[in-house]
Amino acid sequence: MLEGLNPAFILIVGALLLPALPGRLRGAWLLAVPALGLLQLCMLPSGESGHIELFGLTLTTLRIDRLSFVFGIIFHLAAFLSMVYALHVRDLLQHIAALIYAGAAIGALLAGDLITLFVYWEITAVSSVFLIWARGTDRAFRAGMRYLIIQVGSGVILLAGIVLYFHQNGTIEFSHLGLGSTATNLIFIAFGIKCAFPLLHNWLQDAYPEATVTGTVVLSAFTTKLAVYALARGYAGEEILVTIGATMTAFPIFYAVIENDLRRVLAYSLNNQLGFMVVGIGVGTELALNGTAAHAFAHILYKALLFMSMGAVLYRVGTIKASELGGLYKSMPWTTGFCIVGAASISSVPLLSGFVSKSMIITAAAAEHHWFAWLVLIFASAGVLHHSGIKIPYFSFFGHDSGMRCREAPTNMLIAMGATALLCIVIGIYPQPLYALLPYPVDFAPYTVTHFITQLQLVLFSVMAFTMMMRSGVYPPELRSTNLDFDWFYRRAVPHALGAVVDLGWGVSRVLMELALIQVERVLTLTDRILGPDGVLTRSRTTGAVTLLVMLCLLVMVIYSLA
Amino acid sequence: MISEHLPVLQVVVPLLAGPVCLLLRRPSANWALAASVSWITLAIAVALLVEVRRAGPIIYQLGGWAAPWGIEYRIDHVNAFVLLIVSGVSAVVLLFARASVQREINNRRINIFYTGWLLCLTGLLGMTATGDAFNVFVFLEISSLATYLLISLHPDRRALSAAFHYLVLGTIGATFILIGIALLYMMTGTLNIVDLAAHLPPVAQTRTVAVAFSFLVIGIGIKAAAFPLHMWLPNAYAYAPSAVTALLAGTATKVAVYLLLRFLFSLFGPGLSFEQYLLDKILLPLAAVGIISMSVAAIYQTTAKKLLAYSSVAQIGYMLLGISLASVTGLTATVLHLFNHALIKSALFMAMGCVVYRIGTTQLASMAGLARCMPWTMAAFVAGGLSLIGVPLTVGFISKWYLILAALERGWMWLAALVVITSLLAVAYVWRVVEVAYFRHRESCAEVAEAPLSLLVPTWLMIAANYYFGVDASLTTGVAGRAAELLFGAAP
Repeated sequence: MLEGLNPAFILIVGALLLPALPGRLRGAWLLAVPALGLLQLCMLPSGESGHIELFGLTLTTLRIDRLSFVFGIIFHLAAFLSMVYALHVRDLLQHIAALIYAGAAIGALLAGDLITLFVYWEITAVSSVFLIWARGTDRAFRAGMRYLIIQVGSGVILLAGIVLYFHQNGTIEFSHLGLGSTATNLIFIAFGIKCAFPLLHNWLQDAYPEATVTGTVVLSAFTTKLAVYALARGYAGEEILVTIGATMTAFPIFYAVIENDLRRVLAYSLNNQLGFMVVGIGVGTELALNGTAAHAFAHILYKALLFMSMGAVLYRVGTIKASELGGLYKSMPWTTGFCIVGAASISSVPLLSGFVSKSMIITAAAAEHHWFAWLVLIFASAGVLHHSGIKIPYFSFFGHDSGMRCREAPTNMLIAMGATALLCIVIGIYPQPLYALLPYPVDFAPYTVTHFITQLQLVLFSVMAFTMMMRSGVYPPELRSTNLDFDWFYRRAVPHALGAVVDLGWGVSRVLMELALIQVERVLTLTDRILGPDGVLTRSRTTGAVTLLVMLCLLVMVIYSLA
Repeated sequence: MISEHLPVLQVVVPLLAGPVCLLLRRPSANWALAASVSWITLAIAVALLVEVRRAGPIIYQLGGWAAPWGIEYRIDHVNAFVLLIVSGVSAVVLLFARASVQREINNRRINIFYTGWLLCLTGLLGMTATGDAFNVFVFLEISSLATYLLISLHPDRRALSAAFHYLVLGTIGATFILIGIALLYMMTGTLNIVDLAAHLPPVAQTRTVAVAFSFLVIGIGIKAAAFPLHMWLPNAYAYAPSAVTALLAGTATKVAVYLLLRFLFSLFGPGLSFEQYLLDKILLPLAAVGIISMSVAAIYQTTAKKLLAYSSVAQIGYMLLGISLASVTGLTATVLHLFNHALIKSALFMAMGCVVYRIGTTQLASMAGLARCMPWTMAAFVAGGLSLIGVPLTVGFISKWYLILAALERGWMWLAALVVITSLLAVAYVWRVVEVAYFRHRESCAEVAEAPLSLLVPTWLMIAANYYFGVDASLTTGVAGRAAELLFGAAP
């Protein structure tokens, strides 16, 4: 392979070459490009290269160290698997967008300076939005628009931060930044938007479920994990990240439980999983950062797997609403099986990938005495089990039979899901190769008795709770009496309590929104009157009037310069 | 030796070619003459810039008469750079003009058109090259009269009224400049700019000089379309022939801003301009208001050419902003943006020229779904639009970068924020065209084909320049930085 060739270029150039290829070769090309990229990444020596002089600044476009390497490997893997999954798609635009998006994400990972990071950061934003727009619906277009504005906005904030940072420190190297100055705080917010921090998260649940079947799979892998990487690089050990991360793990659970669109449920659980990684970064010890990297690695795989299986359902049945689905296991047995593997992985069932990575973060949090965060993480683990581990497969493939019958997912989808599921299992049983890739030396055994028992207890009790709930009459109402309190708790008290709070919040925000809208409306009318097509400043005026204005300006200027 | 006479040849070659062009009756011959002359002036400009960078300012005395009695051409980093901009834009746009002009202008008037073009070029180059204040006025009138002619040659009758409107305002502007120069002559008895600068300090406190200053600033402000003196520009740009718009957008206002720099810094000097007359205090708010309001006005436009015209007024605001910062970095940003914005806007207007060539209008409503029919043209618009917004790797980014640095140097965070936020406004108005061309439905492309190569190649050449100088900015930043130091009075 070429020395110093950035794998990102392979993907981006590969994407741009795609239209020039004859139709038959495109499939092979789609798979070859990420594979070549991966090969190139592995061949490259670690260290910095690809220096470019740009008006006095030295850009480092290629930096390979242990942290960027492990993310680089999984990004390539994810690109490859999602390409397999998308092979049947005939829409060229989607393939090009996906490859450029993946390439740009990899380019951002390997960026050694902030300017290069910013460039790729914006390319990921612009290329990925086409995966949403490709859905072709009006809803998707508007969701894509909102997504784009927020993503590009994060880039603008990032740029502002970078310029300030350069101004203060005279360097654009992307290493540990740390909070404290306005510059690094701005960069932190930019990263936070991409990482879907609480209150900055809505773009994720808004946009991802609106993307195409294959688009969501690609989207789920890169944007947020790029942000996790950037945070790990720049802000490892910032205490506030523990709080932010813990909040992230906990709050989406409530939304995920009541959400009906199953891809949106997954989007919420994506948010929750990111929380674990953010806590890991916040704890900042070697074990914690290893855990973050490992969890990102495992998470990309099982989350992609879950989105793949839900995508297959959407592709075959045309809906992904929990209330309309059910009983699909008869039609789609393989997809069901793969989905269960994914669901079990995200629930950290022992012998699957989630278990070997998540336990690292939880152990690291405990080791640093972040007890409250630790407790939240345990609670969140149980929550994940409920909404992703059980709700997803149960409502789509089991539950009450919707009567839908369809064909099994297309072969390429099955192969992609199979390969991903296999990776989940292999990592779960034999985590040593993954551990060897991690940024720091690993001295951690996932399969101790304590870990095993704790997690198994969690899993078993969660499954039991869910089963009891189901049996006790969430669906068949005649059995409600057997377990009234439980039932009541889930069906009345929580929604009521939540409902009251939510209603209040809604009410207040509605009023504020209305007020804001009135103001916005006023400003808009005013702008329209001044600058609109026939506004005060833009109206075509008679030559006389303009001459008068010029004379007035001269008068003012003369008085001003004499004064 | 011919190389000694390069400064004057720069101006004389197009001046002499003009009347010859009028005598040629074949449109292809007119074009060939104009294009070859324009490329010759570009070659001269490059040679001058190389020489200036090597050996410092060149002083050329017309007819061997020494200044201040004779007229002197004085080429330093500042105007060598502007000469390069003017001749470069004219050369590339002339490649584009052949097919575009044939389509848009009555064939019997093509000789008049190219004659006007050459005279306009003469005027612009002359204004830039000369070191004599009265000579500036003469060349200003040559270029202005030629410009009115070029605009009015468009068959659309609205072009006539736009040209007339511009004529009245342009004449007022030129008169103001003349009055300003006359007042200075009255006080000092000289017209040579360097000599003027030397004779000014003893009389600097007089009211006459203050009034001369005001007349000059307002007069040049009109020619530069500085907000709020921009009223002539949107219609003039919108109704001029496409090639003329591309030329004017890249040269006319740039030369006017250059004149402003020359008068403010070389003639009056930063001390007088900023410390006594406090020009920066009034320029800064006007520039800021101009950038914001004109960007918003651009968003509202329904014609792409007019939208770009309003954006031009906003972009001139960035240049004035750089001046008003009254620092070397700010001035570097201004000089850089002269060059960079010339590349951006002429490329964008050429892309719009391609659209006019095929569909006869740049009404946004008629451009719905056009990207499917004219993918290369619209891709050029997107590429140029990115540069206008200031995306990294484009020239637009480099201008903004320096402007932000200059703002931070003064510790004005809000100004840096303003630059970033107004870039978002640019995103909005560029997006309006992109949205129409890419995301609206078009029934069929049956009657609309991609623009011919003779239009696309020059357009993409200009786009390529946008990205080349965006990546390798060492030449432009080097020259602009040196120019800014010179204007601030560093020894040459």
